[in-house]
Amino acid sequence: MCKPLHIAPLLMAATLLASCKREERTLRQPPPASETLNTIQISGLNPGANSIPTPPSSNMYQESAYAVSEGQKLYEGYNCVGCHAHGGGGIGPALMDRDWIYGSEPGNIFATIMQGRPNGMPSFRNRIPEYQAWEIAAYVRSMAGLLPKGVSPNRTDHMNVKPAESSTSEQTPIGITGLPEQHK
Amino acid sequence: MNAELNFVSFRLVAQAMPVDPGHHHVLQPAAPQAGNIEWLYWVVFWILFAVFALMLAGFATATAKARVISSRPLPIIEDEEGDHRARWALGSALSITVITLFVILVLSVVTGKRVEGLSSKNPVTIQITGHQWWWEVTYPNSQADQTITTANEIHVPLNTPVVVLTNSADVIHSFWAPSITGKRDLVPGYSSAFWFQVAKAGIYHGQCAEFCGLQHAHMGLSVIAETADKFQEWQQRQIKLAAEPSTSEAIRGRGVFLTHACLMCHTIRGTDAGSHLGPDLTHVASRKMIAAETLPNTAGALAGWIVDPQRIKPGTLMSPNPLAPDDLQALVVYLQSLQ
Amino acid sequence: MAVAEPIIANDQDTGESELARRLARTWRQPTGIWGWFCNTHHTDIGLRFMVTAFIFLLLGGILAAMIRLQLIRPESSLMGPDLYNQVFTMHGSTMIFLFAVPMMFQGFGVYIVPLMCGARNIAFPRLNAFSYYLYVGGALVLWGGFLTNTGPDVGWFAYVPLSGPAYSPGHRADIWSQMITFTEVSALGVAICLATTILRHRAPGMTLNRMPILLWEKLVISMAVIFAMPAVMVASGLLLLDRLVGTHFFNPAEGGDVLLYQHLFWFFGHPEVYIIFLPGAAIVSTLVECFSRRRIFGYTPIVVAVVATGFIGFSVWVHHMFAVGLPQLSESFFTAASLMIVIPTGTQFFCWVVTIWNGRLQLRLPMLWCFGFIFVFLIGGLSGVMLASVPVDLQVHDTYFVVAHFHYVLIGGALFPMFAGIYFWFPKMTGRMADPTLGTWHFWLFFIGFNLTFFTLHFLGLRGMPRRVYTYSPDMHWHWLNVLASSGVVFMTAGLLVFLANVIWSRRVGEIAGNNPWGDAGLEWAMSSPPPPYNFLHIPTVSGRDPLWEDPPDQPVVVGLRDDIRETLVTQSLDADPQHKDEDPGPSIWPFLTALTVSAAFVGSIFTPWAVPIGAPPVIVTLIGWLWPRGQSPTPRPGGEAWVR
Repeated sequence: MCKPLHIAPLLMAATLLASCKREERTLRQPPPASETLNTIQISGLNPGANSIPTPPSSNMYQESAYAVSEGQKLYEGYNCVGCHAHGGGGIGPALMDRDWIYGSEPGNIFATIMQGRPNGMPSFRNRIPEYQAWEIAAYVRSMAGLLPKGVSPNRTDHMNVKPAESSTSEQTPIGITGLPEQHK
Repeated sequence: MNAELNFVSFRLVAQAMPVDPGHHHVLQPAAPQAGNIEWLYWVVFWILFAVFALMLAGFATATAKARVISSRPLPIIEDEEGDHRARWALGSALSITVITLFVILVLSVVTGKRVEGLSSKNPVTIQITGHQWWWEVTYPNSQADQTITTANEIHVPLNTPVVVLTNSADVIHSFWAPSITGKRDLVPGYSSAFWFQVAKAGIYHGQCAEFCGLQHAHMGLSVIAETADKFQEWQQRQIKLAAEPSTSEAIRGRGVFLTHACLMCHTIRGTDAGSHLGPDLTHVASRKMIAAETLPNTAGALAGWIVDPQRIKPGTLMSPNPLAPDDLQALVVYLQSLQ
Repeated sequence: MAVAEPIIANDQDTGESELARRLARTWRQPTGIWGWFCNTHHTDIGLRFMVTAFIFLLLGGILAAMIRLQLIRPESSLMGPDLYNQVFTMHGSTMIFLFAVPMMFQGFGVYIVPLMCGARNIAFPRLNAFSYYLYVGGALVLWGGFLTNTGPDVGWFAYVPLSGPAYSPGHRADIWSQMITFTEVSALGVAICLATTILRHRAPGMTLNRMPILLWEKLVISMAVIFAMPAVMVASGLLLLDRLVGTHFFNPAEGGDVLLYQHLFWFFGHPEVYIIFLPGAAIVSTLVECFSRRRIFGYTPIVVAVVATGFIGFSVWVHHMFAVGLPQLSESFFTAASLMIVIPTGTQFFCWVVTIWNGRLQLRLPMLWCFGFIFVFLIGGLSGVMLASVPVDLQVHDTYFVVAHFHYVLIGGALFPMFAGIYFWFPKMTGRMADPTLGTWHFWLFFIGFNLTFFTLHFLGLRGMPRRVYTYSPDMHWHWLNVLASSGVVFMTAGLLVFLANVIWSRRVGEIAGNNPWGDAGLEWAMSSPPPPYNFLHIPTVSGRDPLWEDPPDQPVVVGLRDDIRETLVTQSLDADPQHKDEDPGPSIWPFLTALTVSAAFVGSIFTPWAVPIGAPPVIVTLIGWLWPRGQSPTPRPGGEAWVR
């Protein structure tokens, strides 16, 4: 009697499997890979020229709605808002626009957080655990619309002074992106 | 090092302080509120038990009287007279029901008034703010430097009314210490107040009662009821700034605290650490439990918690801290000196 | 022809077998896979509802067993919080939205109501079929989500802000709120079909005060569904808007209100309990009457009680929210209302006692289950009286005491009567009797297991164990009670397996039942078992509350309905006087296609608000197909013209 119904769950499963990663909640982080840390520490501290490869583990954060939402909480909690506001910038540069001084790749943002940058951005090495820096990096990218909509956070339960990340249209990073080939 | 720490954190659970079962029980009250509710509970229970027994007896008697063993349908009875006779029975049964319900209603409202009405004019006021997944406890004072902020442990003087102002920083939580009084939800956007008073000295366990996410299960609190003198003494100690580290190891520990992730979330008054994401640690060593009443406040548990909190409370906002062994040791010594 | 022959006639058609043959051809449902999706007959759709709902009972039961397994020891590492939260949310949502309502309201109702009314089919059969597909769609969305790690993890009530955009990233909560939309549209559709069938398709002579209690109850519940379901759809719709579009209905910082959600949810949530319980009570009324071998005592009080429950059920919702800290006066009002609902429920219990007392009780298998219901529901109802009292509720709210209470009410009020009903109507549905020995084993295993598990939970609640915790500390002294509670699962599982074996076995080789094996009074026993596709050879007329007991053998029947098209009789709402004839729209693929397009729009709106404008045109196209005028019926035969009294 139910034969034709067998196909439907399979189809549905197939569609939903595609978005499975989005729902992944890694509660216990993998131990930090010390090699990554060391490669990223090397920095010329000049705009752009950091050809930092994005380690594969960072995808885990870019693709998980949970990780991005954790990043959002940390962005507020660690008072990134104090300088960058809710992406509009203030003391620090805006994060929701297309201009990226030190690159828009997750690795670039990670390095910026960890190493600090001239003219005000402090280094958070040792202060912010690596996985949290990756989460914040993922969230920062969502502010510029660089993450898929299904992963980007929607409104928070605070005063919402700008449209939510999930309704930010995608920016094309310009200026110095940090990608080696574009720098040439 | 990792294996050793895993071993430490693995044993934490077994070391946890046993809760006195009498101090987390609806029917073993230690406060007038819970006492009134317990009284109401038993009165209503016995009324309803009588109703239950009567109803079952009714069905049993009816069954015994009317039962016919037959596996094929029997003819239908015409029984106008029986219906007639039963009418008064239905009427009186309903009247008794209505009267019983009215009694329960009156008892309930009267008890409710007794539980909620505050009689004293000199209460201790506490502000409790729910966080995912711990309780921020503040003793507000008009002078800012006299305000006490602590976490998960509520010290109250005996036989003194305590007014609790509630709020939530994120989702809905619910304050509940069964031996003391009923629940009150902490609803974001709504401030409300309730009061309680403890009659017997002791440590009473409490627990978040409204589902609040991943670590709802590990969101405990304790209410420590002590004599007025001891409470005063505790208050005086809590108002002070954090103790200066006295040993070289403790000094090193403070350094670790201030140069690692700790200071991103915690406050230790008297140092540079002043963030309010996590519990205030100014007098952390004076508390009996850590991690919202999940672990005992011992050196081993503290170390295990700092290194890998996600093992004990998966999903908690506290990050793992892979510190070097002697840094960890120093940090624990420092935290344990914060009486 | 304005006035044809009288519609009610005593003369029995001589060519009865010829008539049966012609009706069978006219009312035949298509076969094959394509035909399966075109079927609009209420017995088929009703059975599908029941079978599907039963599958979800088993799935929900597996989740329950997982929960009990996790809690069997403190600090269990079987499941982490992430999975556990999904599991208990799925358990609650599955049992309420995919089992209890579809089984007790939709399944039983769709199957039995037209038969009891003496109708050839349900009113709006296509809407009915559409409701079934939509229900399956909602079920697939929820379980598809769960199997791909997108199962909702915010509780079956999905309170904001926990389920809101800020604390529930990803699409887990969206899946939950769209599942609500699916199942509630389905319930609304069936409610409209059932209410219309009851009000407009009753057999001539079945005036309102001769209607079986079960029909009264279905009418009241249909109305309750029509008023209650919109509230939860508004709640879940606003939640979805908050999550997807970024509205601020529930954001306190921007003037939203998190308690608004709770009011909306429980305005549905409490009537929902009666939507689940009243069908059970109605089954018990039917069975008590049948097995006491006498008319039920207190027909009028019971009907008044059912209607009163329907009304009072809407004024007690706040007792789910006592702990949020409302003013004392309003709490007292809701305490009074919650206590008041005991009166109609008590009335029904008293009437059952009297009926048994003054009757000749045959304690056969379905009746045994009724006694199980009486015992279990009594405990649940009485602990409910405790919960109506604000101070007691503040202590045991959100603890395992409440878990025990509502399992006594819902398993007592739905599952026990459901099994009673299944055993009772099994011969009607399959033509064979269910095996009474296996059924008795099933009863005792399930009854013992149930009480072992859920009675124990009362004590855990009093000892302060909160609900929805994925683990607990060994120092809390909850361990052994949890072991005891979990052990009941073994018995319940064994009982369910015996039941499944019984159904499979009895369906093949059970004793042949005949038309009316229990000697019951209802019209559903007037035709062969299982019912033919046209239900009644002649639409019957009735002259009392218990047609098959009271009506004389020469009771008139309705003639003059055409047998070459699907003609049905429409009667007046109050007196059931014949009014006019209507044509059943017959099998159609469009309900299924419409359900597909609507599902696509619903599923799409989990991910993007654009699914609404993009998804609407296909829905409109399928609706046009559905509503396309059917043209003229074939040439009318003599005597088949529209009849006006």
